[in-house]
Amino acid sequence: MKLLRNLVDKMKPAFAKEGKLGKLHWVFDGLETFLFTPGHATESGAHIRDGIDLKRTMSIVITAMLPCLLFGMWNVGHQHYRALGYFLDVDAGFYYKFIFGVVKVMPIVVVSYGVGLGIEFLFTTIKGHPIQEGFLVSGMLIPLVMPVEVPLWQVAVGTAFAVVIGKEVFGGTGMNVVNVALTARAFLFFAYPTMMSGDKVWVSTFTDMGEPLVDGFSGATSLGLAATGGTEKMVSMMDSFWGLEAGSIGETSAFCCLIGAAVLLITGIGSWRIMLATLLGGAAMAFIFNLAGANEYMKVPVLHQLMLGGFMFGLVFMATDPVTAAQTNTGKWIYGFLIGFMAILIRVVNPAYPEGMMLAILFMNVMAPLIDHYVVQANIKRRLKRAVQTA
Amino acid sequence: MPNIVRIRKGLDIRLKGEAEKVLAQAEPAKVVAIKPTDFHGLVPKVLVKAGDAVLAGSPLFTDKYNERVVWTSPVSGEVAEVVRGEKRRILQVRVLADATLRYEDFGAGDPSGMNRETIVQKLLKSGIWPLLRQRPFDIVADPAKEPKAIFISAFDSNPLAPDLDFVVRNQDADFQIGIDALAKLTKGKVHLGLSPRTSAREFLDAKNVVITAYHGPHPAGNVGVQIHATSPISKGETVWTLGAEDVLIIGRLFRTGKYDATRTVAITGSEAKAARYVRTIIGAPIKDLVGAVGAGVRVVSGNVLTGDNVGADGYLGSYHTQVTLLPEGDKPKFFLTDGWASPGFDTFSANRSFPTWLMPGKKFAPDTNQNGELRAFVMTGQYEAVFPFDIYPVHLLKAILANDIEGMEKLGAYEVAPEDFALCEFVCTSKINSQSIVRAGLDSLKKETT
Repeated sequence: MKLLRNLVDKMKPAFAKEGKLGKLHWVFDGLETFLFTPGHATESGAHIRDGIDLKRTMSIVITAMLPCLLFGMWNVGHQHYRALGYFLDVDAGFYYKFIFGVVKVMPIVVVSYGVGLGIEFLFTTIKGHPIQEGFLVSGMLIPLVMPVEVPLWQVAVGTAFAVVIGKEVFGGTGMNVVNVALTARAFLFFAYPTMMSGDKVWVSTFTDMGEPLVDGFSGATSLGLAATGGTEKMVSMMDSFWGLEAGSIGETSAFCCLIGAAVLLITGIGSWRIMLATLLGGAAMAFIFNLAGANEYMKVPVLHQLMLGGFMFGLVFMATDPVTAAQTNTGKWIYGFLIGFMAILIRVVNPAYPEGMMLAILFMNVMAPLIDHYVVQANIKRRLKRAVQTA
Repeated sequence: MPNIVRIRKGLDIRLKGEAEKVLAQAEPAKVVAIKPTDFHGLVPKVLVKAGDAVLAGSPLFTDKYNERVVWTSPVSGEVAEVVRGEKRRILQVRVLADATLRYEDFGAGDPSGMNRETIVQKLLKSGIWPLLRQRPFDIVADPAKEPKAIFISAFDSNPLAPDLDFVVRNQDADFQIGIDALAKLTKGKVHLGLSPRTSAREFLDAKNVVITAYHGPHPAGNVGVQIHATSPISKGETVWTLGAEDVLIIGRLFRTGKYDATRTVAITGSEAKAARYVRTIIGAPIKDLVGAVGAGVRVVSGNVLTGDNVGADGYLGSYHTQVTLLPEGDKPKFFLTDGWASPGFDTFSANRSFPTWLMPGKKFAPDTNQNGELRAFVMTGQYEAVFPFDIYPVHLLKAILANDIEGMEKLGAYEVAPEDFALCEFVCTSKINSQSIVRAGLDSLKKETT
């Protein structure tokens, strides 16, 4: 520790604002504060402060996503071998599947972090503000919501778009209106629709290199099948609970999402109000469809509907993003409920969008300030009424 | 049994170094300092110069914009110096104390038989008046106004706060006289806020007051919370507040005719060598109370959440009934051992990412490190969990930051004082200094509306 500290102290003068490498001051500051919580003592007001800071908060969120990432890697391999007809059993060929997944997924993670952090460093240097921790989470979320076959250059473009247009133009972490990772995904979804949907991108295969697929194989996701009238071909509820299906890298396993939810809820970093409200909203819409029952898709049981696609992943990791969600406690209930409600509505009714979670969250991100506005106005009216009574 | 109000939101910060229930008598202070900086917004006009002889109760300075309010010397002796800071701002007026104090006589008498104006005059002349504070704005009360109510909190729920039951013991006569005097100042009621655990007859048997008990975690003992729960302040209304020990000072004035600024102060904190109660006087030198203080120790007059960093050579603040000694935290912390990624078995936090939430009895000795860097607002719901007001704290802070006067009015700025945001400041992930933001907001609101 002492050695490291001495090394940092020795380098520090060169990176001082007027030093030789002064331009890189904030980049150096970002790395230094990563290693050492600075010796900033409080000046006035509360002399002691809570141990929590944004770095710890963000690292907890990343920890919560690890089960999804690790399972996602294995599942990429599992889906690949399933397409080829090998290792059909879940417990067969674990290492083959996992290593295949690592090889496919790690480059996406590296590109996402590389491009995102690179842009953060650039903006930090230009604007002269400290590096903020927000992208640590976004950089992990982006790979998890991508299909495995997404080209790396698209990951780079999407990430760059999201960081610059989604966040930096508003002033950086804490100032953005819409979720950064979903901005990246939505950008790619609308800019390169063929690469972000359909039945070719969810399962990694090498058919152009002559790899033979098993007869009757389809690489479509359950939601893709359902949207085209193939509800009966969807995976079973248990398979979608464990995540044994095609889909974006990290989203398939409701089980892993629940582990993440547990981490976020126990530490209090994710809002239980938003999670519960989203779940209730989704369940309500699915139940209404059950009652209507106009087609096979509407008859999918409520629980199964909630396990499918990116609903659970979005509920746990995206809807709860504190910056873009509603900020008042009452607002969080409304915000969450409408996300769940609309996600299932879009998914079942609109054939153009097999999954509605992304659009529902982005839409409610935009609506969140309005919800808060009305909640706060109600509070103001209450206070004014009190004044009239006592006067 | 009094009414009980439940306060559900809040946080008890468990610290090491609680004062032992032993009362020591401090050496009579050889020099005392009265600090105009203790009184927010005061522009002092000094009435004495070095070498002047004063009695306990003789005026030292007055408010340039309200000369009825004077600050008087708590001791008799000789004015030593007027300490000035940058731009000749007056920081302290120091008085060398006589060995035996001689007092100015303000005339004893039962306040029940006096009219309001006589009582106001006595409090103003004796220099006790500035102990009365008003809301909105959290400043010294304006004697030209009449408040709708007066609030006294009879318990302090701050970290390591003194036990007021212990402090007021056997002073029931003074306490009741003080209350009787205050009752004459308002057409409304005098409210006394109790802890449900109190057993002090001084409080439980107090007459001429409305007694309410507030049950819950800190800030249940903060007078702002009690006002909000009982009789919230709307635009145009004024409420006065004061501490339980200040009621005793008023009581003694009417019983003896003297300004007797005696205070019982709790010496607390993990670095305190003898954590106990000490009987001393307003403005006493802190080193008389705590002994020698080593390097790397912060000396706070007041509690850890709202007190002032006065240094080892500092003096006890006029409103303070507690001194806290803390380890300084000005060293960098390596991220794995004691920084942001450390397990944190010795870190107190409202957040459950530290394992200490599983150790409900454990007490902590935090240092003054900020534990992170200043960031924009990111987390939500944190402030609300420790802020027992029907007010949206973050929205109010943002209105203040945007200097939106109308927004501040609507969002409840008249009801709050900086101390009400102390817990928000403590729990904040983004390390935002909300108390100073609120203070700035109240200043600009006052400037715009009065």
